[in-house]
Amino acid sequence: MSFQEHEKQHIEKNVKRKLTDTELQILAAEWSEHCSYKSSKKHLRMLPTTGPNVIVEKGYDSGVLDVGDGFVVTVHIESHNHPSAVEPFGGAATGVGGVIRDILSAGTRPIALFDGLRFGNIENDAHARWLFKNAVSGIADYGNCLGIPTIGGEVEFDDCYKNYALVDVAAVGFGKKSKLIKNHANVDDLVLLIGGSTGRDGVGGSQFASDALEGEDRSAVQIPDPFIEKLIIEAILECRDANCINAMKDLGGGGLSCAISETAESLGIGIELDVKNVHLRESDLSPDEIMISESQERMLIISDPNNLSKIKEICDKFRIQCSVIGTVKEDKMMHVKNGDETIALLPADFVARGPLVDRKKSKPEYLLKLPSFPSSKNEMPFSAILLKLLSSPNIASKHWVFRQYDHEVGIRTVIKPGFDGSVLRLDNGKFLSVKIDGNPKHCYIDPRQGAIGCFEEACRNVVCTGATPIGMVDHLQFGNPEDPEIFWTFMESIEGITDFAKFLDVPCVGGKVSFYNETSEGPIKPTPLIGVLGLIETSPLLPTPPSNDDVILLVGETKDELGGSEYYEYIHNFIGGVAPKVDFSESKKNMKSVLSLISKNLIKSVHDCSKGGLAIGISELCIFGKIGCKIDLKSSLSYEKMLFSESHSRYILVANKNNLDTIKSILSDDQCSFSEIGIFSGDQIIFESGSNQILELRVDKAENNYLNSLGKIIQNG
Amino acid sequence: MKVGVIVFPGSNCDRDMHHVLTDVFNLNAEFFWHEKNLPQDIDAVVLPGGFSYGDRLRAGVIAAHSPIISDVKKLAEKGIPILGVCNGFQILVESGLLPGVLLKNESLNFMCEWTNLIVNNNQTPFTNKLELNQKIPIPIANGEGRYFVDDESLNELKKNNQIVFSYENKVNGSVSQIAGVCNSDGNVVGMMPHPERAAEKAINQIDHKPSSLIFESLIETVGMKN
Repeated sequence: MSFQEHEKQHIEKNVKRKLTDTELQILAAEWSEHCSYKSSKKHLRMLPTTGPNVIVEKGYDSGVLDVGDGFVVTVHIESHNHPSAVEPFGGAATGVGGVIRDILSAGTRPIALFDGLRFGNIENDAHARWLFKNAVSGIADYGNCLGIPTIGGEVEFDDCYKNYALVDVAAVGFGKKSKLIKNHANVDDLVLLIGGSTGRDGVGGSQFASDALEGEDRSAVQIPDPFIEKLIIEAILECRDANCINAMKDLGGGGLSCAISETAESLGIGIELDVKNVHLRESDLSPDEIMISESQERMLIISDPNNLSKIKEICDKFRIQCSVIGTVKEDKMMHVKNGDETIALLPADFVARGPLVDRKKSKPEYLLKLPSFPSSKNEMPFSAILLKLLSSPNIASKHWVFRQYDHEVGIRTVIKPGFDGSVLRLDNGKFLSVKIDGNPKHCYIDPRQGAIGCFEEACRNVVCTGATPIGMVDHLQFGNPEDPEIFWTFMESIEGITDFAKFLDVPCVGGKVSFYNETSEGPIKPTPLIGVLGLIETSPLLPTPPSNDDVILLVGETKDELGGSEYYEYIHNFIGGVAPKVDFSESKKNMKSVLSLISKNLIKSVHDCSKGGLAIGISELCIFGKIGCKIDLKSSLSYEKMLFSESHSRYILVANKNNLDTIKSILSDDQCSFSEIGIFSGDQIIFESGSNQILELRVDKAENNYLNSLGKIIQNG
Repeated sequence: MKVGVIVFPGSNCDRDMHHVLTDVFNLNAEFFWHEKNLPQDIDAVVLPGGFSYGDRLRAGVIAAHSPIISDVKKLAEKGIPILGVCNGFQILVESGLLPGVLLKNESLNFMCEWTNLIVNNNQTPFTNKLELNQKIPIPIANGEGRYFVDDESLNELKKNNQIVFSYENKVNGSVSQIAGVCNSDGNVVGMMPHPERAAEKAINQIDHKPSSLIFESLIETVGMKN
């Protein structure tokens, strides 16, 4: 625990006395980067956060979107990187738990989980495999036990995550607008702590996460208990239905210190609490430890004293503990007592609003040194390259992962994992489509365009299901922000995301920033992750396998953009070149036109064209339909660029021949760039250009590599 | 007619089951918390899936000692149709209402995927509208779904026609690929797959009719009795 010079000055200026040890502990937790966002807060304000569907209330930890007919959807995203890199099972599991409680805090029931996982090279690094396997088990164990389906996500491997792990979890909730918790408090209201007991696990977790990962501080990793979490969900929702909750907040990073100060600050109240009333797991916990423990499965509730007996009755039913730890005061102070002794007494807003810092930025040296193209020419035949790419852990089917997640419980999952966007049915007859996307390879080469690309890709994926994007969440993960070069990449990403969000009119309804993602080997590549929510008013476009004679159209332009592609990195082991750039107006045009084709029932299926390029997108469709195809590439670009460039705004459309003319005329009217590139037939994936054969690969061979590679890597090690 | 859906701490398919019983099949279904009593005039009981008590110790073993289980036993003796799905099946096995045990899957992992069931006994209250050997496309979602009995008990099960469903393919290492069994009277049925996830056209591209027949069988049985 240490304060920086400007923080010491801020304390001296505002508190004219020596701070108690407890106060120092509270401030250290609350002013950590993890809790205070001291490096990023000023800049996050640039993101557009309002829109026709957005509902804003005080003190929400999740974004709330109105989906009509009196219903709302809530969404939040979090990561649990440091803990998962030390103890992947518990770290990943508690990451799931934390984000779920954010959804619950708004008074909505969590209905779906998504996770983005990133590890080192699992093909040659046994430790990376261990981290991967156990993080997946941790997520499965927690989500499955709660009965919240994990319905989508992504997994990526890159050397920059060696000895590290990124575990990002997004959660979606659903509920009635009328039952949202309207956070408020009256003087003399009770402050209750509900759920798991407070122990020594996770003490100092937020400070641990606000520094580079050097040691393995296991005591800073929280211990998961999904059974208690499940009971809390049901108990809280019963309390909500009984109108017993005035305000509510999840205990996460910074534990009680953070929850108490932020609640008091956002509601403009004071809170007086006695640590002796907190129910403990270990009786010898010190008051300071109680204040900063990050033990899981705890919720803070503010309620009218008249509702206490009802809340106790509900907690008794579920056999979960409920302690009255304090009361609401008028004085706007955070007052912590240990019995009769005052151990901390500070203005809540002073605690909750840590001093922000201005970080320097400068364009990283490495960007100036990136080579433009690989030094050696490609010698491998394209068929062999395609076969190898299909088995790349970044491209191969993630079936091994998502079969371990219960993705159907709740019986809302209409489009299951393994396709573009996942789709949930809502109670008002509408459907919600969700996708999260990241691409550190693109972001490393071009942090701004890479971040915009992740955003566009997530939009494309929900568009493929027939959904219109209505909101997004971002999770920005970088190395040490005190390094001006790293801070520059952060600024580029957030500016890019802001530009595109404003252009598309898709508000940012939630997000998180995670810095200090580095090990002794260095920082991670910039890893912004974007989640997009789309709404479908009538019915989603269900994934339908292509069949014989179906025609294939490619909407959008393939460009000379191999930089950061799986082809450059996995086949050529080359980092450099030009990363894909989103053309804003092309992006918007293509989304609109594809949505109108879907709504007119003119296409059988749409597939996003992204990682691995056109060659992989087409192969995935062939594998899905167990059918071959014949593609004619007509372009001025070289074959490798046409096949493997990861240019954005592209969609592969599959349609019945009879609809071809109508589709073409709509795309032309919308001024979209498109071409009819081939048909499905036979049992070979064939790419040719006029009479030149470029590539020929049997679908069953492609399928074998695509479906089984990931499982094999895991089994072998 | 009234169907009771029992809710244990950690049940998580209870609301799904209730939704399908009421909104899809128009039955009068009611939740019963595990510490409540079951009315003796109830027409059928369903133990839904989930993770009762977080699967601690062994799936279903703690819930098998819940107060409500003694009521379930009484109803079972009276011949009332009782269905346990997934964790519900595990609870029925642990409470001694059904034979055998459920072990960790051969893969040692949780498995969530669609599979085909074969109907081996169409004389139970939950299968009487199905054909013998009919295929049912249905999802499984469990970590401890591998059914096990010793050879002697297996012969007994076969002799008494107590194997209700088996998997078409090897899924998790179950003895004789068993997916569901009944008691010797045939009124208590347990199955690992989830019929409530497969019986609704609105969310399935795969044929929902065979799974629907499990619920329609119950309607047929109880309807006839009333």
